[in-house]
Parts: sequence; C-alpha cells; structure tokens
Amino acid sequence: MEMNQYLSMFIDESRDHLQAMNEHLLSLEASPEDISIVQHIFRSAHTLKGMSATMGFEDLASLTHEMENVLDLVRNNKLKMDSFIFDCIFKSLDSLESMVEDVIQGGTGKADVTDIVVALKSIVSGDYKKGGAAEVPAAAKSPEAAGAQGAKGSELDEFQFSILNQSIETGMPAYRMEVSVRQDCVLKAARAYMVFNVLEENGEVIKSTPSVEDIEQERFENSFTVYYVSQLDKELLHKQVAGVSEIDKVDLVSLDKDKLAEFMKPAEPEAVQALAAAAPVPAAEEAPKAAAPAAETKKPAGGGAPVANRTIRVDIERLDMLMNLFSELLIDRVRLEQLASEIHKNELTETVEHMARVSTDLQNIVLKLRMVPVDTVFNRFPRMIRDVAKTLDKKVDLIITGAETELDRTVVDEIGDPLVHLLRNAVDHGIEPYAERVSLGKPETGTIHLRAYHSGNHVFIEIEDDGRGINREKVLSKAIQNGVVTQEQSARLSDEEVYQLLFAPGFSTADKISDISGRGVGLDVVKTKIESLGGHVHVDAKLGKGSKWSVQLPLTLSIISAMLIRIQGEKYAIPLTSIVETMAIRREQLRSVHGNPMVEYRTSVIPLIPLADLFDVPGGSDLTEDEIQMVVIRKGEKLAALAVNEFIGQQEIVLKSLGKYLTNLFAVSGATILGDGQVALIIDTNALFK
Amino acid sequence: MSQELKVIVFALADEEYGVEVEKVRTIERMQPLTRVPKTPGFVKGVINLRGVVTPVIDLRGRFGFPETQYTDNSRIIIVGVEDLEVGMIVDSANDVIDVDPELIDDPPEIVGGIKAKYLQGIAKVGEHRLLILLNLKEVLSKNEIVQLDNIEE
Repeated sequence: MEMNQYLSMFIDESRDHLQAMNEHLLSLEASPEDISIVQHIFRSAHTLKGMSATMGFEDLASLTHEMENVLDLVRNNKLKMDSFIFDCIFKSLDSLESMVEDVIQGGTGKADVTDIVVALKSIVSGDYKKGGAAEVPAAAKSPEAAGAQGAKGSELDEFQFSILNQSIETGMPAYRMEVSVRQDCVLKAARAYMVFNVLEENGEVIKSTPSVEDIEQERFENSFTVYYVSQLDKELLHKQVAGVSEIDKVDLVSLDKDKLAEFMKPAEPEAVQALAAAAPVPAAEEAPKAAAPAAETKKPAGGGAPVANRTIRVDIERLDMLMNLFSELLIDRVRLEQLASEIHKNELTETVEHMARVSTDLQNIVLKLRMVPVDTVFNRFPRMIRDVAKTLDKKVDLIITGAETELDRTVVDEIGDPLVHLLRNAVDHGIEPYAERVSLGKPETGTIHLRAYHSGNHVFIEIEDDGRGINREKVLSKAIQNGVVTQEQSARLSDEEVYQLLFAPGFSTADKISDISGRGVGLDVVKTKIESLGGHVHVDAKLGKGSKWSVQLPLTLSIISAMLIRIQGEKYAIPLTSIVETMAIRREQLRSVHGNPMVEYRTSVIPLIPLADLFDVPGGSDLTEDEIQMVVIRKGEKLAALAVNEFIGQQEIVLKSLGKYLTNLFAVSGATILGDGQVALIIDTNALFK
Repeated sequence: MSQELKVIVFALADEEYGVEVEKVRTIERMQPLTRVPKTPGFVKGVINLRGVVTPVIDLRGRFGFPETQYTDNSRIIIVGVEDLEVGMIVDSANDVIDVDPELIDDPPEIVGGIKAKYLQGIAKVGEHRLLILLNLKEVLSKNEIVQLDNIEE
C-alpha cells in the first residue's frame, strides 16, 4: 500500500498522542492514585502503537509496546507508579518524539532505544527494584501467567480469567473459539479482521492468541483462538463467524466455570517456573499484550482519534483559498442586493436578505478559522519545565494563564522555540536553587508565570519568574569584556538598554555553561525570531526579585476591530486600538494656531487633521460642512483629531498586505476587503503624528 | 528550429504590445479601484483580485502617454514577475499569438519615445504587424518612477 499519503496524518496524530501522553503523565505524577489517567495514557499508547505498526515504523511500535506493557500493569493495579517508572516513561516519550521527528525529516524512525527497553522490561518483570520485595508479587504474576502460556497450559492470565469468570457469574455467556482460515486463503489478516469486526460488534474479545497485532500482521498460521464474551447464543455466533468468507472451521465452546478452570490450570508448574526463570523478560512481554484487544473493543469504531479534541486538520493554503473565494461571493451578494432593490419583488428581496444574513455569519466563521489558541504551544511547557527543574535540582511551579488567547496559526507555529528558550532561561538563570531561596527568605519553590493576553491588535506573552533577576553590573562588565559597549557608553545606558544587551549575539551571563542554556543558542536567536514575526521582546527585572520577559506579537494576517469611515467618496479603516473616541463639533468651534486647525478636546487643544486634504481625496476639504465629524486618535500621550465625513461603523476586518509593489506608503499600513468586495485602506494613525 | 513564443497581444495608444503568456496571471475587465493616496500618478490604486489586494498601474501613465477614459475594451492584465504581482491597465487585449523568436529584433534606441530598456524587442508578425515586446521587469521596477518622454513630443 502507498503509505505516503497517510504520512502527514500519521505525524499529526502521533504528535497529538505524544502530547496527550505527556500531559496525562504529568497529571498522573500529581495524583498517582488516579487510575483513570493511566487509562488515557494507555489508550494513546495503544493507538500510537497500532498506527506505527501500520505505517511500518517497527521501532516506534515496539518501544510503544514496551511502554504499554508497563502501563497495563499499572492500570490493572498490579504495579504502583514510582519516580523510576515515571522517569522511564517520560524518557520513552522523548525517544518516541525524536523518532517521530526523524520520520518528519524523512527518516525511517529508527533509533537505538535498547536502554529504555531494558529499563521498561525490568519494570514489567519487577527486577528494577530487587530489594523491594513488597512490590514483587504484583509484577511477578505476569511472568507466571505468561510462562504458563509458553508451556501450552493456560492461555489466560489471572486478569482475563477473572473477567471471564465474572461474566459467567453474571450470566453473560463466555466462549472459547478456535477459528481456522482456509489453507488457500490469500488475505488471512483481512479475514481475521472481518472476524474480529463481527465479534466486536456483538461483544467483547477478552483475549486472542496470537495477539491482535500479530494477527493483523499475518503472523499466525491458519487458526487463532479467541476468548469472547457476548450476549449472542452459541448457534447464532457460530453462524455469524462462519459466515465470513474463506473461514474453514469455527470451533466454538461455551465456557462455564469448570471449563474455564481447565483452561486456566497451569500444565506443568515446574516447567513454568523454569521458563519464567530462564526468560523472565520475553515471557513477561506476552501477558499484558492480551489485555490490549480488550481495551480496543471499548473504543468505538475509528477509535484512533483523541476524544477530547474534536478538530480536523486543514491545509492553511486551502483556508486562504476559502477566504478569497468567500470575498468573491460577497461581491456577488452586493450585486444581488442591488438588483433586488431595483426589481422590487418581495420573494427575491427576502431571499437575498436571508442570503445576506447567512453570508455574514459565514464570514465571521471563515475569518476565525485561522485563529488557534496559544494553548497548542503552551501545553508542552509543563513537561519541559518539569524536566529542566529536575535536571537542575530546582523546585519550580509553572502557572499558565490565558492559554485560550488566540493567535494567527502562522505565528503560533513559529513562537514555540523562542518561548522554550526564554522559559529554560527563567529556570536556569532566574530561579535560584532551593537552598539559596530558603536562605533569602523566599519560598522553596520558585514560580514562573506564563501569561498570554490580547491588547489592542497585539498579543502579549509574558514569562515572569520570582528568581534572582538580572544583575546590571554583571551584564555590563560582560558586555564591555565582549566589546559590545565601551566603558563610557555603559554609564549612560538605562536599565532597559542594559537588559537589551543580553540579546547581543554570543552573549551569555552564565558563569559556567550548563546543560540547559549557554550552548551557543543565544538570546539573539530568540530576538531575531520574534522580530521576524514582527514582534518585540522587552525585559524588566528587579535584582533579587525576579525578571519579566514580555514578548509582543502582532496579529499578522489576522482580524482586528476597526472603525470604518468615509471621506468624500472613499472608505478607510482606522484600527480601534488607536481611537480614543469619536465626536462631532460645529464649525465655529474650530480654532486656528499658526494657520493649523485645532479643536478643544476636554481640557486641552489638539490639532485637527483634515484627512481629505492630507490624502488628496477628490471632492475637496471636509472642513466646509457646518458639523464636523471627528475621530480622536492617540499615539502614546499625544492626541489628535481626524476630520471625516461619516462614520460607517465598527467592524472586524482582515488585514491584507498591499504587496511588494506599493511600499513605503504614507500613513497606510495595509488594506482590507469590505463586505461589498471593495478594498479599503487601513490608516496608520501613528504616521500622522509628527 | 527554435521554440515558438506565446505572447498576449494588447493595444496601447494605437500600438500593439506583447507580453509572454507565462508572465500573465489573468486578464480582468475594469473594476472599481481603490485609490492609494500619495502614490505616483500612474498607480491607479488597488483592486480586490479574488481576495488578494493587487496594485494596478495605468500603462499609458507608466510610459508617459496621455491617459484616456477607460472604455468597455479596457482591460487589466495581471502580470507576475518574481514576487511582484501587478495589474496593468491597457486599452484592449484580445489576442494570443505565436511568435518565432528568430523574428524578434533588438529594440531600437528610441521607439516612440519609450526608453529602450523597457522593451525586450520588436517582433515581426505576418506581413505588416509589428509587436513591441515588453521587458516587464523594468516596467514594474519600483526604483524608477520618473515620467518618461512623451510620445507626442
């Protein structure tokens, strides 16, 4: 099968699952008793395993499989999570991530993960803490059961046995079924799959030998055995399974308690022991596998998709196309509206009005499609902070607020790496080791706030720590040493300017290069990246109290609120963020200072800018009417008023670039397409202040 | 035998011009233009080209010809050169022809007042037709927006 077409889907979904596992694992670390969290992790791991196997990424699949084994024991209360297991699983997730990364880079997802696999296996076998005898019995059960299977005695482990037992007790029929596929069958796996489909529709597969994965990959001879619980009676079940084409024979045995016990009974206890002792690890592998199909049946069809996140992925270019096509539609809408008003036919008018309403709603939706919450970036930070803090032996709380703040997709994609760097910095350079914190009278655990919020047509992302702040003198001496500034210059620099020195290429204040930062990827890279997105970074710090890194990002390609105004025959948009208020004055209230029109505004007198004159709008000045409409705008502390002819209203508009041909335009920052398909220019009010 | 060159033919001030078909994105009828203040006179404004805000210049104005009223025949030829996409208003556009590259001559020093660097060459088509092939890169150059010599002089 041609897999390439599924590759991007695989990559996206793998990332989702890895992210989900990371998150759940973190919350599990916070409340280790909550088995339901383990279920989530297990499900993700299981799906990931299946996907990887299907795509032929065997290493990925087998590592996930080992992880799954551990998780399976945990969720069945046979194993208690401890820090060793957590670390092991986190490490596995990291390896999986780098394998997926390799796949993205066009590799085969292969990696040497022997160490982790050994560690995982030792967890399953209970070897990893030989001293702690208390835990062993739980873990030891699996080798026992699996060993028994190896000796052809029992096919069930205790867990499966108890499930079957329970269902028999509650009157739910349980079966053991041996299905043989015809010798000449070409697609054995497909037939088996069909059998499983039939089974899963009507009940629950408790255990299959060989395992479902093996069967899916045709790793079975001509028959397989299934333990099955179902309401169906024996005959009907037989008929259904035998009804699958190319099935040779179905041996169906109803299970009662005695029969079940028979299958459960270990054949040769000594052999089992010997086997278990000789090969505890591979044997242990078998047992948890068996539970996998059971987990699978619990999920409805198409179970790969994460339940919480009901989204589909769309190519961003298609979104752009959709948006553009939509504006075409709007042009036609306006034409239709005009025609309808000329034709005066009620039904037509009504239809057109309805269409207008629908298309307005549609427009709002289309515009918002590109926006994604920063959440998608933020959600990987808790895990990262945990690791960094652990490596540095520090205690850090990460508090995230405003994760729902929406940003344009393209910006969200790019902003992750700079933020990672700033956060690592905060833990490494900002937060002190806890002994030091205690001696300073600070709480032992450091706090890092990660905030995102909208302000005007910008999004701010702040990283604030309560660590040691920035040592101005140290930065300066380093800067002088590196030749970034001279001694004389240094005396005149403001704090903010000194902090900006940190962003100079190759600058590091760390006394020694640690594992976390100072590896050559400096803050200069962060700054360059953010500036390439049209943003800025500001630093604010108090020595001994902490520092705050503030990243300001524009909502490029996105939607802003604007006031639409008319100047003679032309329409313009003014971003709402720069507007203080709108008002009207009578002409006789105009003042003149040195020939420049001024108006009284509150307690001050501010200049009135006649936009029509400034923009050479055909139709002449707008200061001739008796009543003058004004928009009061602001740049920092300065105020000014723009004279306009009419306020059309407030609207959400999409920022569009004017392209490369028209550059360095006067007082125009971009354009937008109005509902009627016309282009309106967006006024850059900042340029109107001298 | 060299490859035939496909050219879109348009009229401008009673002369026939051509641009290679690969450089032409679409040809549009005249449509409402949004004026952009404080731009050279030949920049007529911007249009909404299927959601993309596209600048439009008047080619007569660009070449310093007298501008005329737009008619039903006026067209906006949207051309793309590298990452520039610009619309050019022409008097009419209604032909696509093949030109034998062998029949393209270098542009003469002065052709009707237009500086030769805006021209790629002069193509002879059939018996009597002369086609002026434009050097779009220069025509769309934004570094130089000086008025050119007028043809009328």
